[in-house]
Amino acid sequence: MHISEGVLSGPVLLSGGALAAAGTAIGLKKLDYDRIARAGLLSAAFFVASLIHVPIGPSSVHLILSGIVGLMLGWGAFPAIVVALLLQGILFQFGGLTTLGVNTMIMAAPAVICFYLFGRLVHGRRAVALPAAFACGFVSILLGAVVAGAALMFTEENFLEVTLLIVSAHIPVMVIEGMITVFCVAFFRRVQPDLLPGARVADMAAPQERNEA
Amino acid sequence: MIAETMAQGHSLLHRIDPRLRVLAAAFFSCAVAVFQTFTALSAACLAALVLLLVPGLNFRETGRRLMVVVWFLLLLWCLLPLTYEGAIAAKIGVVSIYWPGVRLSAQITLKSLAIIAVFTTLVATIPVNTLGQSLARLGVPAKLVYLLLMCYRYIFVIEQEYHRLVAAMKIRGFRPRTNLHTYRSYAYLIGMLFVRAATRADRVYQAMRCRGFDGRFHSLATFPPHPANQWFALAAAFAMILLVGLEWMD
Repeated sequence: MHISEGVLSGPVLLSGGALAAAGTAIGLKKLDYDRIARAGLLSAAFFVASLIHVPIGPSSVHLILSGIVGLMLGWGAFPAIVVALLLQGILFQFGGLTTLGVNTMIMAAPAVICFYLFGRLVHGRRAVALPAAFACGFVSILLGAVVAGAALMFTEENFLEVTLLIVSAHIPVMVIEGMITVFCVAFFRRVQPDLLPGARVADMAAPQERNEA
Repeated sequence: MIAETMAQGHSLLHRIDPRLRVLAAAFFSCAVAVFQTFTALSAACLAALVLLLVPGLNFRETGRRLMVVVWFLLLLWCLLPLTYEGAIAAKIGVVSIYWPGVRLSAQITLKSLAIIAVFTTLVATIPVNTLGQSLARLGVPAKLVYLLLMCYRYIFVIEQEYHRLVAAMKIRGFRPRTNLHTYRSYAYLIGMLFVRAATRADRVYQAMRCRGFDGRFHSLATFPPHPANQWFALAAAFAMILLVGLEWMD
Protein backbone atom coordinates (compact mmCIF):
# COMPACT_ATOMS: atom_id res chain seq x y z
CA MET A 1 0.00 0.00 0.00
CA HIS A 2 1.70 3.16 -1.11
CA ILE A 3 0.89 6.42 -2.83
CA SER A 4 2.55 7.14 -6.14
CA GLU A 5 4.67 10.14 -7.03
CA GLY A 6 3.03 13.27 -8.35
CA VAL A 7 -0.38 12.74 -6.78
CA LEU A 8 -0.19 14.56 -3.46
CA SER A 9 -0.01 18.31 -2.89
CA GLY A 10 3.03 20.13 -1.50
CA PRO A 11 1.69 20.74 2.02
CA VAL A 12 0.67 17.09 2.39
CA LEU A 13 4.06 15.86 1.21
CA LEU A 14 5.79 18.30 3.52
CA SER A 15 3.79 17.37 6.60
CA GLY A 16 4.17 13.66 5.81
CA GLY A 17 7.92 14.17 5.48
CA ALA A 18 8.15 16.16 8.71
CA LEU A 19 6.13 13.63 10.71
CA ALA A 20 8.11 10.72 9.28
CA ALA A 21 11.38 12.52 10.07
CA ALA A 22 10.26 13.10 13.66
CA GLY A 23 9.22 9.45 14.03
CA THR A 24 12.50 8.29 12.55
CA ALA A 25 14.45 10.54 14.93
CA ILE A 26 12.61 9.06 17.93
CA GLY A 27 13.10 5.55 16.55
CA LEU A 28 16.83 6.06 16.06
CA LYS A 29 17.17 7.49 19.55
CA LYS A 30 15.48 4.41 21.00
CA LEU A 31 17.63 1.99 18.98
CA ASP A 32 21.02 1.75 20.61
CA TYR A 33 24.01 0.59 18.59
CA ASP A 34 23.73 -2.96 19.92
CA ARG A 35 20.27 -3.33 18.42
CA ILE A 36 20.75 -1.69 15.04
CA ALA A 37 22.27 -4.78 13.43
CA ARG A 38 19.18 -6.72 14.45
CA ALA A 39 16.84 -3.96 13.27
CA GLY A 40 18.69 -3.86 9.95
CA LEU A 41 18.29 -7.57 9.35
CA LEU A 42 14.66 -7.53 10.47
CA SER A 43 14.13 -4.68 8.05
CA ALA A 44 15.70 -6.81 5.30
CA ALA A 45 13.41 -9.70 6.25
CA PHE A 46 10.43 -7.31 6.17
CA PHE A 47 11.54 -6.23 2.69
CA VAL A 48 11.71 -9.82 1.44
CA ALA A 49 8.51 -10.95 3.21
CA SER A 50 6.53 -8.08 1.73
CA LEU A 51 7.22 -9.55 -1.72
CA ILE A 52 5.24 -12.69 -0.84
CA HIS A 53 1.92 -12.91 -2.64
CA VAL A 54 -0.81 -14.72 -0.75
CA PRO A 55 -3.68 -16.19 -2.77
CA ILE A 56 -7.18 -14.93 -2.14
CA GLY A 57 -9.75 -16.53 -4.40
CA PRO A 58 -8.68 -16.13 -8.02
CA SER A 59 -6.42 -13.17 -7.24
CA SER A 60 -3.61 -12.56 -4.77
CA VAL A 61 -2.48 -9.84 -2.41
CA HIS A 62 0.97 -9.03 -1.19
CA LEU A 63 1.54 -8.78 2.53
CA ILE A 64 2.34 -5.51 4.26
CA LEU A 65 3.24 -6.82 7.72
CA SER A 66 3.39 -3.42 9.39
CA GLY A 67 1.63 -4.85 12.46
CA ILE A 68 4.27 -7.54 13.02
CA VAL A 69 7.10 -5.08 12.41
CA GLY A 70 5.55 -2.77 14.98
CA LEU A 71 5.31 -5.60 17.54
CA MET A 72 8.96 -6.48 16.98
CA LEU A 73 10.55 -3.05 16.79
CA GLY A 74 8.24 -0.49 18.44
CA TRP A 75 9.43 2.99 17.52
CA GLY A 76 12.29 1.33 15.67
CA ALA A 77 9.70 0.52 13.01
CA PHE A 78 10.08 4.07 11.69
CA PRO A 79 13.76 3.88 10.67
CA ALA A 80 13.36 0.24 9.60
CA ILE A 81 10.47 1.09 7.27
CA VAL A 82 12.15 4.23 5.88
CA VAL A 83 15.16 2.15 4.94
CA ALA A 84 13.08 -0.62 3.39
CA LEU A 85 11.05 1.87 1.35
CA LEU A 86 14.15 3.69 0.13
CA LEU A 87 15.61 0.37 -1.00
CA GLN A 88 12.33 -0.58 -2.69
CA GLY A 89 12.56 2.69 -4.58
CA ILE A 90 16.13 2.03 -5.65
CA LEU A 91 15.67 -1.62 -6.56
CA PHE A 92 12.16 -1.60 -8.05
CA GLN A 93 11.11 2.01 -8.64
CA PHE A 94 8.16 1.69 -6.29
CA GLY A 95 8.53 5.34 -5.44
CA GLY A 96 10.81 8.31 -5.59
CA LEU A 97 11.98 10.74 -2.97
CA THR A 98 9.05 13.06 -2.36
CA THR A 99 6.56 10.42 -1.26
CA LEU A 100 9.01 8.66 1.05
CA GLY A 101 7.68 10.57 4.08
CA VAL A 102 3.99 9.97 3.44
CA ASN A 103 4.52 6.31 2.57
CA THR A 104 6.55 5.84 5.73
CA MET A 105 3.69 7.32 7.75
CA ILE A 106 1.23 4.94 6.06
CA MET A 107 3.10 1.92 7.39
CA ALA A 108 5.14 3.07 10.39
CA ALA A 109 2.57 5.16 12.26
CA PRO A 110 0.12 2.20 12.45
CA ALA A 111 3.04 -0.04 13.42
CA VAL A 112 3.90 2.14 16.44
CA ILE A 113 0.24 2.54 17.43
CA CYS A 114 -0.21 -1.25 17.26
CA PHE A 115 2.90 -1.70 19.37
CA TYR A 116 1.39 0.40 22.14
CA LEU A 117 -2.08 -1.11 21.81
CA PHE A 118 -1.16 -4.78 21.51
CA GLY A 119 2.55 -5.16 22.35
CA ARG A 120 1.80 -6.20 25.91
CA LEU A 121 -1.36 -8.17 25.17
CA VAL A 122 0.31 -10.62 22.79
CA HIS A 123 2.27 -11.98 25.73
CA GLY A 124 -0.77 -12.74 27.78
CA ARG A 125 -2.74 -15.96 27.91
CA ARG A 126 -3.50 -17.51 24.52
CA ALA A 127 -7.16 -16.56 24.78
CA VAL A 128 -6.10 -12.89 25.02
CA ALA A 129 -2.96 -12.97 22.91
CA LEU A 130 -4.36 -14.49 19.73
CA PRO A 131 -7.36 -12.14 19.38
CA ALA A 132 -4.99 -9.26 20.17
CA ALA A 133 -2.66 -10.45 17.41
CA PHE A 134 -5.56 -10.59 14.96
CA ALA A 135 -6.62 -7.09 15.95
CA CYS A 136 -3.02 -5.94 15.55
CA GLY A 137 -2.79 -7.15 11.95
CA PHE A 138 -6.27 -5.89 11.11
CA VAL A 139 -5.89 -2.46 12.71
CA SER A 140 -2.43 -1.84 11.24
CA ILE A 141 -3.80 -2.10 7.69
CA LEU A 142 -6.99 -0.21 8.56
CA LEU A 143 -5.00 2.69 10.00
CA GLY A 144 -2.64 2.61 7.03
CA ALA A 145 -5.57 2.88 4.64
CA VAL A 146 -6.99 5.73 6.72
CA VAL A 147 -3.66 7.61 6.65
CA ALA A 148 -3.41 7.08 2.88
CA GLY A 149 -7.00 8.24 2.48
CA ALA A 150 -6.39 11.30 4.66
CA ALA A 151 -3.34 12.23 2.58
CA LEU A 152 -5.50 12.06 -0.56
CA MET A 153 -8.38 13.94 1.06
CA PHE A 154 -6.16 16.82 2.20
CA THR A 155 -4.79 17.04 -1.33
CA GLU A 156 -8.15 17.12 -3.05
CA GLU A 157 -11.58 16.92 -1.48
CA ASN A 158 -12.95 15.24 -4.56
CA PHE A 159 -10.85 12.22 -3.68
CA LEU A 160 -13.46 11.13 -1.11
CA GLU A 161 -14.63 8.34 -3.38
CA VAL A 162 -11.07 7.18 -3.95
CA THR A 163 -10.47 7.20 -0.20
CA LEU A 164 -13.55 5.08 0.49
CA LEU A 165 -12.45 2.80 -2.33
CA ILE A 166 -9.00 2.38 -0.77
CA VAL A 167 -10.38 1.52 2.65
CA SER A 168 -12.98 -0.90 1.34
CA ALA A 169 -10.57 -2.51 -1.12
CA HIS A 170 -8.25 -3.25 1.77
CA ILE A 171 -10.81 -5.07 3.92
CA PRO A 172 -9.75 -8.52 2.61
CA VAL A 173 -6.12 -7.53 3.17
CA MET A 174 -6.98 -6.56 6.76
CA VAL A 175 -8.51 -9.98 7.42
CA ILE A 176 -5.58 -11.83 5.85
CA GLU A 177 -3.01 -9.72 7.70
CA GLY A 178 -4.96 -10.40 10.89
CA MET A 179 -4.78 -14.16 10.34
CA ILE A 180 -1.12 -14.06 9.34
CA THR A 181 -0.34 -12.00 12.46
CA VAL A 182 -2.14 -14.53 14.68
CA PHE A 183 -0.13 -17.47 13.32
CA CYS A 184 3.08 -15.45 13.32
CA VAL A 185 2.64 -14.40 16.96
CA ALA A 186 1.78 -17.99 17.92
CA PHE A 187 4.96 -19.07 16.15
CA PHE A 188 7.11 -16.46 17.90
CA ARG A 189 5.65 -17.38 21.28
CA ARG A 190 6.76 -20.95 20.78
CA VAL A 191 10.05 -20.44 18.92
CA GLN A 192 11.61 -17.17 20.03
CA PRO A 193 9.47 -15.07 22.35
CA ASP A 194 12.16 -12.42 22.77
CA LEU A 195 11.46 -11.23 19.21
CA LEU A 196 8.41 -9.51 20.67
CA PRO A 197 9.92 -6.85 22.93
CA GLY A 198 7.18 -7.04 25.54
CA ALA A 199 9.05 -10.28 26.36
CA ARG A 200 11.88 -8.27 27.90
CA VAL A 201 9.84 -8.22 31.07
CA ALA A 202 9.78 -12.01 30.95
CA ASP A 203 13.52 -12.04 30.13
CA MET A 204 14.31 -10.07 33.24
CA ALA A 205 12.38 -12.55 35.33
CA ALA A 206 14.00 -15.54 33.66
CA PRO A 207 17.57 -15.28 35.08
CA GLN A 208 16.22 -15.12 38.61
CA GLU A 209 14.23 -18.26 38.04
CA ARG A 210 17.32 -19.92 36.67
CA ASN A 211 19.32 -18.89 39.74
CA GLU A 212 16.70 -20.30 41.99
CA ALA A 213 16.73 -23.52 40.04
CA MET B 1 15.64 -12.40 -7.89
CA ILE B 2 16.28 -8.98 -6.40
CA ALA B 3 19.07 -7.31 -8.32
CA GLU B 4 20.67 -3.92 -8.34
CA THR B 5 20.54 -3.61 -12.09
CA MET B 6 20.83 0.14 -12.46
CA ALA B 7 23.98 0.56 -10.41
CA GLN B 8 26.14 -1.40 -12.83
CA GLY B 9 27.13 0.69 -15.78
CA HIS B 10 29.67 3.11 -17.04
CA SER B 11 27.67 5.99 -18.35
CA LEU B 12 28.66 9.59 -17.83
CA LEU B 13 26.14 9.80 -15.00
CA HIS B 14 27.83 6.97 -13.10
CA ARG B 15 31.01 9.03 -12.91
CA ILE B 16 29.46 12.10 -11.33
CA ASP B 17 29.93 12.56 -7.58
CA PRO B 18 27.03 10.67 -5.94
CA ARG B 19 26.49 13.48 -3.43
CA LEU B 20 25.80 15.89 -6.27
CA ARG B 21 23.42 13.42 -7.86
CA VAL B 22 21.49 12.91 -4.64
CA LEU B 23 21.21 16.65 -4.05
CA ALA B 24 20.15 17.38 -7.61
CA ALA B 25 17.53 14.61 -7.54
CA ALA B 26 16.20 15.82 -4.16
CA PHE B 27 15.85 19.46 -5.24
CA PHE B 28 14.34 18.51 -8.58
CA SER B 29 11.80 16.09 -7.07
CA CYS B 30 10.68 18.56 -4.39
CA ALA B 31 10.29 21.36 -6.93
CA VAL B 32 8.37 19.23 -9.42
CA ALA B 33 6.07 17.88 -6.70
CA VAL B 34 4.79 21.40 -5.95
CA PHE B 35 4.75 22.81 -9.51
CA GLN B 36 1.29 23.66 -10.86
CA THR B 37 1.75 25.15 -14.31
CA PHE B 38 1.90 23.00 -17.39
CA THR B 39 4.84 24.88 -18.96
CA ALA B 40 7.09 24.19 -15.97
CA LEU B 41 5.87 20.61 -15.62
CA SER B 42 6.34 19.79 -19.29
CA ALA B 43 9.81 21.32 -19.26
CA ALA B 44 10.72 19.33 -16.15
CA CYS B 45 9.37 16.11 -17.63
CA LEU B 46 11.26 16.74 -20.85
CA ALA B 47 14.49 17.42 -18.94
CA ALA B 48 14.04 14.22 -16.94
CA LEU B 49 13.34 12.14 -20.04
CA VAL B 50 16.43 13.58 -21.73
CA LEU B 51 18.46 12.18 -18.82
CA LEU B 52 17.18 8.72 -19.77
CA LEU B 53 18.90 9.06 -23.11
CA VAL B 54 22.36 9.65 -21.62
CA PRO B 55 24.57 7.23 -23.54
CA GLY B 56 25.67 4.20 -21.57
CA LEU B 57 22.56 3.86 -19.43
CA ASN B 58 20.79 0.56 -19.77
CA PHE B 59 17.88 1.87 -21.80
CA ARG B 60 15.79 -1.30 -21.68
CA GLU B 61 16.10 -1.51 -17.92
CA THR B 62 15.11 2.12 -17.33
CA GLY B 63 12.20 1.65 -19.73
CA ARG B 64 11.07 -1.47 -17.88
CA ARG B 65 11.18 0.46 -14.62
CA LEU B 66 9.18 3.36 -15.99
CA MET B 67 6.51 0.90 -17.15
CA VAL B 68 5.59 0.31 -13.49
CA VAL B 69 4.57 3.96 -13.34
CA VAL B 70 2.95 3.91 -16.75
CA TRP B 71 0.53 1.14 -15.72
CA PHE B 72 -0.51 3.18 -12.71
CA LEU B 73 -0.96 6.25 -14.90
CA LEU B 74 -3.11 4.36 -17.40
CA LEU B 75 -5.38 3.29 -14.55
CA LEU B 76 -5.55 6.92 -13.44
CA TRP B 77 -6.53 8.07 -16.95
CA CYS B 78 -9.34 5.49 -16.93
CA LEU B 79 -10.67 6.71 -13.58
CA LEU B 80 -10.12 10.42 -12.99
CA PRO B 81 -11.52 11.99 -16.19
CA LEU B 82 -14.78 10.12 -15.57
CA THR B 83 -15.18 10.72 -11.83
CA TYR B 84 -13.56 14.10 -11.12
CA GLU B 85 -16.56 16.29 -11.87
CA GLY B 86 -16.59 19.78 -13.36
CA ALA B 87 -16.96 21.30 -16.79
CA ILE B 88 -17.77 18.62 -19.33
CA ALA B 89 -15.18 18.17 -22.05
CA ALA B 90 -16.88 15.51 -24.11
CA LYS B 91 -19.85 13.23 -23.89
CA ILE B 92 -19.80 9.69 -25.21
CA GLY B 93 -23.23 8.17 -24.77
CA VAL B 94 -24.06 8.27 -21.06
CA VAL B 95 -20.41 8.72 -20.04
CA SER B 96 -19.09 12.26 -19.73
CA ILE B 97 -15.45 13.25 -19.57
CA TYR B 98 -14.71 16.17 -17.25
CA TRP B 99 -12.07 18.85 -17.84
CA PRO B 100 -10.71 19.05 -14.27
CA GLY B 101 -10.17 15.29 -14.29
CA VAL B 102 -8.24 15.46 -17.55
CA ARG B 103 -6.17 18.37 -16.21
CA LEU B 104 -5.36 16.58 -13.00
CA SER B 105 -4.47 13.35 -14.79
CA ALA B 106 -2.13 15.24 -17.11
CA GLN B 107 -0.49 16.97 -14.13
CA ILE B 108 0.01 13.72 -12.24
CA THR B 109 1.38 12.05 -15.37
CA LEU B 110 3.99 14.73 -15.96
CA LYS B 111 4.96 14.92 -12.29
CA SER B 112 5.36 11.21 -11.70
CA LEU B 113 7.21 10.57 -14.94
CA ALA B 114 9.61 13.42 -14.18
CA ILE B 115 10.24 12.38 -10.58
CA ILE B 116 10.65 8.67 -11.30
CA ALA B 117 12.87 9.27 -14.33
CA VAL B 118 15.19 11.51 -12.33
CA PHE B 119 15.24 9.11 -9.41
CA THR B 120 16.07 6.19 -11.71
CA THR B 121 18.82 7.94 -13.62
CA LEU B 122 20.46 9.88 -10.79
CA VAL B 123 19.87 7.91 -7.56
CA ALA B 124 19.26 4.30 -8.60
CA THR B 125 22.54 4.38 -10.53
CA ILE B 126 24.46 4.78 -7.27
CA PRO B 127 25.52 1.47 -5.66
CA VAL B 128 23.79 1.35 -2.26
CA ASN B 129 27.12 1.14 -0.39
CA THR B 130 28.24 4.36 -2.00
CA LEU B 131 24.83 5.89 -1.46
CA GLY B 132 25.15 5.18 2.26
CA GLN B 133 28.50 6.91 2.43
CA SER B 134 27.32 9.89 0.44
CA LEU B 135 24.24 10.21 2.64
CA ALA B 136 26.48 10.15 5.71
CA ARG B 137 28.57 12.97 4.27
CA LEU B 138 25.44 14.92 3.44
CA GLY B 139 24.51 14.89 7.12
CA VAL B 140 22.11 11.93 7.39
CA PRO B 141 22.42 10.47 10.94
CA ALA B 142 25.12 7.81 11.21
CA LYS B 143 22.71 5.33 12.81
CA LEU B 144 20.31 5.55 9.88
CA VAL B 145 23.14 4.99 7.41
CA TYR B 146 24.33 2.01 9.44
CA LEU B 147 20.78 0.61 9.37
CA LEU B 148 20.53 1.17 5.61
CA LEU B 149 23.82 -0.57 4.92
CA MET B 150 23.02 -3.54 7.17
CA CYS B 151 19.57 -3.92 5.62
CA TYR B 152 20.93 -3.71 2.11
CA ARG B 153 23.77 -6.14 2.80
CA TYR B 154 21.40 -8.81 4.07
CA ILE B 155 18.43 -8.43 1.72
CA PHE B 156 20.09 -10.79 -0.73
CA VAL B 157 21.07 -13.31 1.94
CA ILE B 158 17.56 -13.35 3.38
CA GLU B 159 16.07 -13.66 -0.08
CA GLN B 160 18.16 -16.80 -0.63
CA GLU B 161 16.97 -18.12 2.71
CA TYR B 162 13.41 -17.41 1.61
CA HIS B 163 13.90 -19.36 -1.63
CA ARG B 164 15.35 -22.27 0.36
CA LEU B 165 12.35 -22.31 2.69
CA VAL B 166 9.92 -22.11 -0.24
CA ALA B 167 11.73 -24.96 -2.00
CA ALA B 168 11.40 -27.04 1.16
CA MET B 169 7.68 -26.32 1.29
CA LYS B 170 7.21 -27.24 -2.36
CA ILE B 171 9.08 -30.51 -1.94
CA ARG B 172 6.59 -31.38 0.79
CA GLY B 173 3.75 -30.76 -1.66
CA PHE B 174 2.65 -27.29 -0.55
CA ARG B 175 0.34 -25.59 -3.06
CA PRO B 176 -0.99 -22.15 -2.13
CA ARG B 177 -4.79 -21.94 -2.06
CA THR B 178 -7.36 -19.77 -0.33
CA ASN B 179 -7.54 -21.65 2.95
CA LEU B 180 -6.38 -21.51 6.52
CA HIS B 181 -3.62 -24.03 5.94
CA THR B 182 -2.06 -21.76 3.31
CA TYR B 183 -2.18 -18.72 5.56
CA ARG B 184 -0.74 -20.66 8.46
CA SER B 185 2.09 -21.99 6.31
CA TYR B 186 2.91 -18.53 5.00
CA ALA B 187 2.80 -17.08 8.51
CA TYR B 188 5.26 -19.73 9.72
CA LEU B 189 7.44 -19.02 6.69
CA ILE B 190 7.48 -15.32 7.52
CA GLY B 191 8.01 -16.04 11.19
CA MET B 192 10.96 -18.29 10.31
CA LEU B 193 12.43 -15.55 8.12
CA PHE B 194 12.25 -13.11 11.02
CA VAL B 195 13.65 -15.64 13.51
CA ARG B 196 16.56 -16.49 11.24
CA ALA B 197 17.20 -12.82 10.49
CA ALA B 198 17.34 -12.06 14.21
CA THR B 199 19.66 -14.93 15.13
CA ARG B 200 21.87 -14.16 12.15
CA ALA B 201 21.98 -10.52 13.19
CA ASP B 202 23.17 -11.48 16.66
CA ARG B 203 25.91 -13.73 15.25
CA VAL B 204 27.00 -11.11 12.72
CA TYR B 205 27.05 -8.38 15.33
CA GLN B 206 29.19 -10.49 17.66
CA ALA B 207 31.60 -11.18 14.81
CA MET B 208 31.72 -7.47 13.99
CA ARG B 209 32.45 -6.62 17.63
CA CYS B 210 35.23 -9.22 17.70
CA ARG B 211 36.80 -7.44 14.77
CA GLY B 212 36.72 -4.12 16.57
CA PHE B 213 33.52 -2.60 15.21
CA ASP B 214 32.80 0.64 17.06
CA GLY B 215 29.55 1.69 15.41
CA ARG B 216 31.03 3.30 12.34
CA PHE B 217 31.76 1.94 8.89
CA HIS B 218 35.05 3.44 7.81
CA SER B 219 34.75 4.03 4.14
CA LEU B 220 37.69 3.71 1.82
CA ALA B 221 35.66 5.15 -1.04
CA THR B 222 36.72 8.57 -2.16
CA PHE B 223 34.91 10.80 -4.57
CA PRO B 224 37.72 11.98 -6.87
CA PRO B 225 37.25 15.33 -8.56
CA HIS B 226 36.09 14.90 -12.11
CA PRO B 227 35.52 17.69 -14.62
CA ALA B 228 32.06 16.27 -15.24
CA ASN B 229 31.12 17.22 -11.66
CA GLN B 230 31.32 20.94 -12.31
CA TRP B 231 29.48 20.68 -15.58
CA PHE B 232 26.78 18.62 -13.96
CA ALA B 233 26.42 21.01 -11.02
CA LEU B 234 26.25 23.97 -13.40
CA ALA B 235 23.70 22.31 -15.67
CA ALA B 236 21.58 21.17 -12.73
CA ALA B 237 21.59 24.64 -11.15
CA PHE B 238 20.74 26.24 -14.48
CA ALA B 239 17.90 23.79 -15.10
CA MET B 240 16.49 24.36 -11.63
CA ILE B 241 16.55 28.16 -12.00
CA LEU B 242 14.94 27.87 -15.41
CA LEU B 243 12.17 25.58 -14.13
CA VAL B 244 11.41 27.69 -11.07
CA GLY B 245 11.41 30.77 -13.33
CA LEU B 246 8.93 29.13 -15.69
CA GLU B 247 6.67 28.28 -12.77
CA TRP B 248 6.79 31.84 -11.40
CA MET B 249 6.22 33.57 -14.70
CA ASP B 250 2.89 31.90 -15.32
